[in-house]
Amino acid sequence: MDKFLNSVHLDPDKCKGCINCIKRCPTGAIRVRNGKAVITKEKCIDCGECIRICQNHAKMPTYDPLSAMNDYKYKIALPAPSLYGQFNNLEDSNIVLTALKLMGFDDVYEVGAAAEIVSEMSRKYVMEHKEQWPIVSTACPSVVKLIRVRFPNLIDHLLPIQAPVELAASLARKKAMEETGLPSEDIGIFFISPCPAKVSACKNPFGIDKCDVDAVLAVKDVYPRLLSFMKVAALEPEDLSHAGRIGVGWGSSGGEAGGLLSDIYLAADGIENVIRVLEDLEDQKFTNLEFIELNACSGGCVGGVLNVENPYVAKAKLKKLRKYMPVAGSHMRHEDMALWTRKVEYEPVFKLGENMAESIRLMSRVDEIAKKFPGIDCGSCGAPSCRALAEDIVRGVASESDCIHILREYIHKITGEMSMLDKRNNGEEGEGK
Amino acid sequence: MSDTITLKYDVSTDDFTRAGEASSDVKRKLKNMNVNPEAVRKVAIAMYEGEINMVIHANGGVITVTIDPDCITMILADKGPGIPDIAKAMQAGYSTAPDNVRDLGFGAGMGLPNMKKYSDDMKIETELGVGTTVTMKVFLAA
Repeated sequence: MDKFLNSVHLDPDKCKGCINCIKRCPTGAIRVRNGKAVITKEKCIDCGECIRICQNHAKMPTYDPLSAMNDYKYKIALPAPSLYGQFNNLEDSNIVLTALKLMGFDDVYEVGAAAEIVSEMSRKYVMEHKEQWPIVSTACPSVVKLIRVRFPNLIDHLLPIQAPVELAASLARKKAMEETGLPSEDIGIFFISPCPAKVSACKNPFGIDKCDVDAVLAVKDVYPRLLSFMKVAALEPEDLSHAGRIGVGWGSSGGEAGGLLSDIYLAADGIENVIRVLEDLEDQKFTNLEFIELNACSGGCVGGVLNVENPYVAKAKLKKLRKYMPVAGSHMRHEDMALWTRKVEYEPVFKLGENMAESIRLMSRVDEIAKKFPGIDCGSCGAPSCRALAEDIVRGVASESDCIHILREYIHKITGEMSMLDKRNNGEEGEGK
Repeated sequence: MSDTITLKYDVSTDDFTRAGEASSDVKRKLKNMNVNPEAVRKVAIAMYEGEINMVIHANGGVITVTIDPDCITMILADKGPGIPDIAKAMQAGYSTAPDNVRDLGFGAGMGLPNMKKYSDDMKIETELGVGTTVTMKVFLAA
C-alpha cells in the first residue's frame, strides 16, 4: 500500500484554478498548474483545510459510498462519538444506535466504547513511560502525518497505542465471528466517520499492519438516512450503548486528555495551533507536561469535514448528552494492550537535494532566485509564496516567467525595444523620401 | 558554487512575542537541507535561548548562521551591556533578568547553561559597555 495515500481528490471540471487552497494548505502541498489545483500527496496530511476553503466544491473528500453495505452478509456500524453531536435534543445515544440497525446494520459497536478502553491503556502507558513525557496523542491521523514529515524529533513522543476506531474494528469483528459463526470475509465493518483522514488511516494505518475497517462512510451520508428512522427508534430504543462520558467526550477537543484523569496536559485544536504547539515542543518550551492532545480540526473531531453540524454547536450538544451518562461504560478486559507493532518513520519530503552538500547549493539558489521576486506572495504563479516558487524552480518544476511580475517587466522591456525599432524604421523611411 | 550557506537575522527588538522567529526559520531551512534531526534539535534549542537572551539583556542584535556539511556555526552579536562575570552567568539558575521578564516565564537563569549544553562548542567574547558575541557550533557527523 502507498504510504503517502491521501483522501482528497479534485473535480477538475469545478476547479477554477483560484488560489484559495494553495494559500490555505498548512504544508504547502498544493500548486495550481495549467489552471487546476494539484496536490503533492507526499506533503498532504489530510487535514481537510482545502476542502473547507474551496468555494467551488472542487476539492472533495474521498470515502466509501453507502452501497458498500451490499458487499457483506453481516454489517456492523462503528459510529464515531461526534455522530451524536449532529442531532438536536438527543437524550439517549441508544436512539441513534437503534436507528443505525433500522437503517440496515446488523449490529453496532461504538467507537466511543473502544475509546474508553484506549483511555485506560493510555493512563497506564503514560504513567509507565515518564521518559517519553510529554506524550503526544496519535488518534488524529493528520497530526501523526504532520509529525512524520515535519517534526522528526517528536516521533519518540508519540503515544504508540491504536486509535479507538482501530481497536473498535478488531473487537467488533471478533465479537461478530463468535456470535454468528460467519467467516471474516462475510463480515463488513463500517466506520461512520467525521473525517476523510480516517479513510487513508484505515486503508494504510500507522503503527499496525492492518486495520479491520472495511469501509469508511461519511457522517453526512448516513445522517439523512438516520433521521428518517429516529422517530421510530425513539419509541423503543434497544439497549446498545457501551460508551459513557469519557468515550463520548473523545468527539471534541480535550476529551481524550480528559480521559487520562490527569490535569497536567495541554489540548490544542485547529491545524495552525497544532503546528505552533509542535514547534514549541520541538524547542523544548514545555516542561512538566504529561500529555499533549492534538486535533487538526478546530473543535476536535466534531470539526471534521464530513459532519453536517457546526463544530461548536455539535460540541455543546455532546456536552449536554454526556451530562447524565455514567463515567465509562467499557473497560479493559484483556491484559493485552493494543500497542503499535510498527514504528512511525520520519519521511523527509521537504528536503531539497539528495544529500546535505547538494541541498546547501540548492538552498543558495533558492535564496538568489527568491530575491528577484516582489515578495508579495500573490499566488498568481500557482505557488503559495514567492519563496515556494523559487523552490519549485530549483526543483525544476516551474520557471521564472511563471511570476507575472517578472513576465510584465519582460513585456515592458520588449515593447520598449519594439517601439525603438519602430521609430528607427520610420525615421529611416522618412529620410529616404 | 560553494557548499556553504550563510543566513543573517536582525533581531533588533524588545518584543518577546517575536523572539524565536529567527530560530524557527533556521529550523525550517535545516530540515529542507537534509540536516539530521538531532542536530536540528540542538541548533533550534541553543539558538532560541540565545535569541531570548539578546532580547532580554541587549535589546536585540544580529545572528549569523553559517551552514556547511560538517558544521553549523551560530554567531550572536549584540551591542548590549556585556557580561561582568562569565563564570557566574554560566551557573545554572543565576539570573539578572528584571522582574517583568520573569513574569513572562523567562529569566530562569538557564540561558547560557542551555546554550552550552546543546552546542558542541561555545565561545563568549564580551566587553562591558560594548557588547557580547557568542559563537556556538554544532558539528554534523559525517
